[in-house]
Amino acid sequence: MINWSNFVSQLFNGLALGALLALISSGLTIIYGTLGVLNLAHGAMFMLGGYAGYAAYQATGSFVVAVIAGTLALLVVGMVMERVVIRHFYKRPHEDQLLVTFGLSIVFVELARLIFSSQSQTVPPPQVFAGIVNMGFMFYPTYRLAVMVIVAFALLALYLVLYRTRLGLIVRAGIEDSAMVDSLGINVDRVFMVVFGIGAMAAGFAGIINAPIVSLTPEVGEAILVQAFVVVVIGGVGSFPGAILGGLIAGEIISLTSMVNPGYAYVMLFAAMTLVLMLRPYGLLGVRGRE
Amino acid sequence: MQDRKKNLVNPSRRDFVRTGLGIAGGIALPYSLVSPAFAAEQHPPIGTWPDGVKGSTVVVSIAVPRTGTYAVQGEDELKGWQLAIEHINEGHPLIRQISPKTKKGVLGKKLEAVIADSAAKPNNAVQAHQRAITENKAILLTGSTSSAVAVATNKLAQREKVLYVTGISGSNDTTGKDCVRYGFRQNFYGQTAAAAIGPVLLKAYGKNKKAAFMTPDYTYGHTVTKSVNDYLTEHGGWKMVTNQVSPLGAPDYSSYLLNIANSGADVLVNVNWGHDAVLSIQQAQRFGILDKMKLVIPYQIPMLAPEVGGNLLAGVYAATDFWWTLEDKYPLAKMFVETFEKKFGGKPEWGANNSYMSFALWAEAVEHAGTFYPPDVIKSYEEGRKLNSTVGEVYFRKEDHQLVRPVIIVQGKKSSDMKNKDDYWNVEEVVPGAPLMQKPDEFGCKLGDYT
Repeated sequence: MINWSNFVSQLFNGLALGALLALISSGLTIIYGTLGVLNLAHGAMFMLGGYAGYAAYQATGSFVVAVIAGTLALLVVGMVMERVVIRHFYKRPHEDQLLVTFGLSIVFVELARLIFSSQSQTVPPPQVFAGIVNMGFMFYPTYRLAVMVIVAFALLALYLVLYRTRLGLIVRAGIEDSAMVDSLGINVDRVFMVVFGIGAMAAGFAGIINAPIVSLTPEVGEAILVQAFVVVVIGGVGSFPGAILGGLIAGEIISLTSMVNPGYAYVMLFAAMTLVLMLRPYGLLGVRGRE
Repeated sequence: MQDRKKNLVNPSRRDFVRTGLGIAGGIALPYSLVSPAFAAEQHPPIGTWPDGVKGSTVVVSIAVPRTGTYAVQGEDELKGWQLAIEHINEGHPLIRQISPKTKKGVLGKKLEAVIADSAAKPNNAVQAHQRAITENKAILLTGSTSSAVAVATNKLAQREKVLYVTGISGSNDTTGKDCVRYGFRQNFYGQTAAAAIGPVLLKAYGKNKKAAFMTPDYTYGHTVTKSVNDYLTEHGGWKMVTNQVSPLGAPDYSSYLLNIANSGADVLVNVNWGHDAVLSIQQAQRFGILDKMKLVIPYQIPMLAPEVGGNLLAGVYAATDFWWTLEDKYPLAKMFVETFEKKFGGKPEWGANNSYMSFALWAEAVEHAGTFYPPDVIKSYEEGRKLNSTVGEVYFRKEDHQLVRPVIIVQGKKSSDMKNKDDYWNVEEVVPGAPLMQKPDEFGCKLGDYT
């Protein structure tokens, strides 16, 4: 379906998809960059954020409360998870980290299934964002437009934390050389807990923000996790700006390919990742040696 | 020596009585205890036979999605099998209506299920069945909510010479180009669904319409889309303006829906299934597409209506195997719905009905054959006897092992027209199956060997 109006529509939709991917991937990349842990439970955290928000929405009927609940719940889940499980794995090989986070993701998914069943659950968008906007070249759901703005603000907030605060300075220093940060007398342990919490919180926030777009199922995080990994690889492991750039590129690839041949949308995403790995193994905005 | 010879030639009265008692005792022995032994002498072992039928129980292997995109439909199916096993083991009146020779169990042996989660992935299903064959000597395989799984299990069944009755599988390939001697299907072809719903669509929406299709990227999606499109093009001059092929479990449909919104279609034919159908329909509504296009679901999806919610299916046509209000038309459907509801506390959907019927029909075939010996059971199926079912009289075609059965056309009700919380669909028409069906070899079915 190649024509001018569809091209513009898909270009725009690619931005919206990409913004959400950027948000999810930024959590993943911050955790990996700082702690060196590849968190395979990140998709499950995205899912948990959605369900925590859904539960809060059921109890209160307020979308704002749902967003706050989904976000804070995952901050807590992330910090607890780091304290109880993850910190014992910092010095273990990557395979162990993958296994333990993968195991945790199964536990989270099945817990959600136990509580909420496999049947999908819906969180309606807030009334003010319900409906459709006629943008001239296309009709677009109002809530998806709102999500672009919300995600932009969330990414800005994350940026400010990472680049304008003392915590952010430590995190970024930790990404470069955590042993040096430790030897400078900074309590890396506590920072690590907070970083893991923030990463999880970003996933949880994305999860509840995304809930009115998809209908929630326990598996909602699985496909997203795979895409988030692709984004991180394209953008550069450990790079926050890379996650944003990678997210936007991934969103555009999915959208624009599906204009030509929808069957190849995800194939092209992986093709792009392969291309990046071949030409620039450390990612578009990554730093050599960090991958 | 002399005495012995005398006894052989002129048996004494005592010998005569002893021999007579022996024969009488042999006749009085339960048939089920002796028949496999007799049969074993006649036939060499095949598949899990006779090892799998030596005890007082026989094992059936169920691999069904309990996670993933089709998990909800898998749970519905599983309930149908569980109810069938319970009914077969206790000799419930409903089973005896379908399989009149059933007393308790199958040939007197209790059924026991080994259940695995396939996640609707062919590899998982095949591994689970293989394990059940090796470790449990399973004599019957079932499960599939995806035709990709059904086709893979077909091949396993034929290779291992263990019978397979499909779960949900709407692809034309299952009893078409990928048919096997050891596989049987209760629910209809996608082609049959298309032939049943096609005239309804032409009558409702007219000729020369533009249609957009949403197709899941595997055998079920491609064959159903082709069948529906072929019918509408040929008989109504419809034109496919776009076909949005998506992977199973796509996380978002926005880019596909934008293509559809820009296609100028009048009708949206959504072939997606399970949660993919739920999500794509909900998102289509949010993109304003359902205000401009009529939605059609060629192959109804269990639990779709309650999951989609929001009146989105009001007026939507679908073809289905079973809907619970058929209880008003068929006495066996009424018994099925009532016993299901009593056990599980909710109405069955067609996945559960399909599971129940496929086990009931298998029990009938085995009882009729009088043996578990697979080639004899297959021949029993292939006789094409008229059988009782929850949708009236049905029979298996011997050439492709497909059940010939009616197709139920339903239309979604508005919330305001629903008489109770489960009253989502109105049964519009019960279309007899035989005239709808293509010739058995049209999709290239070659069944393969018995042994």
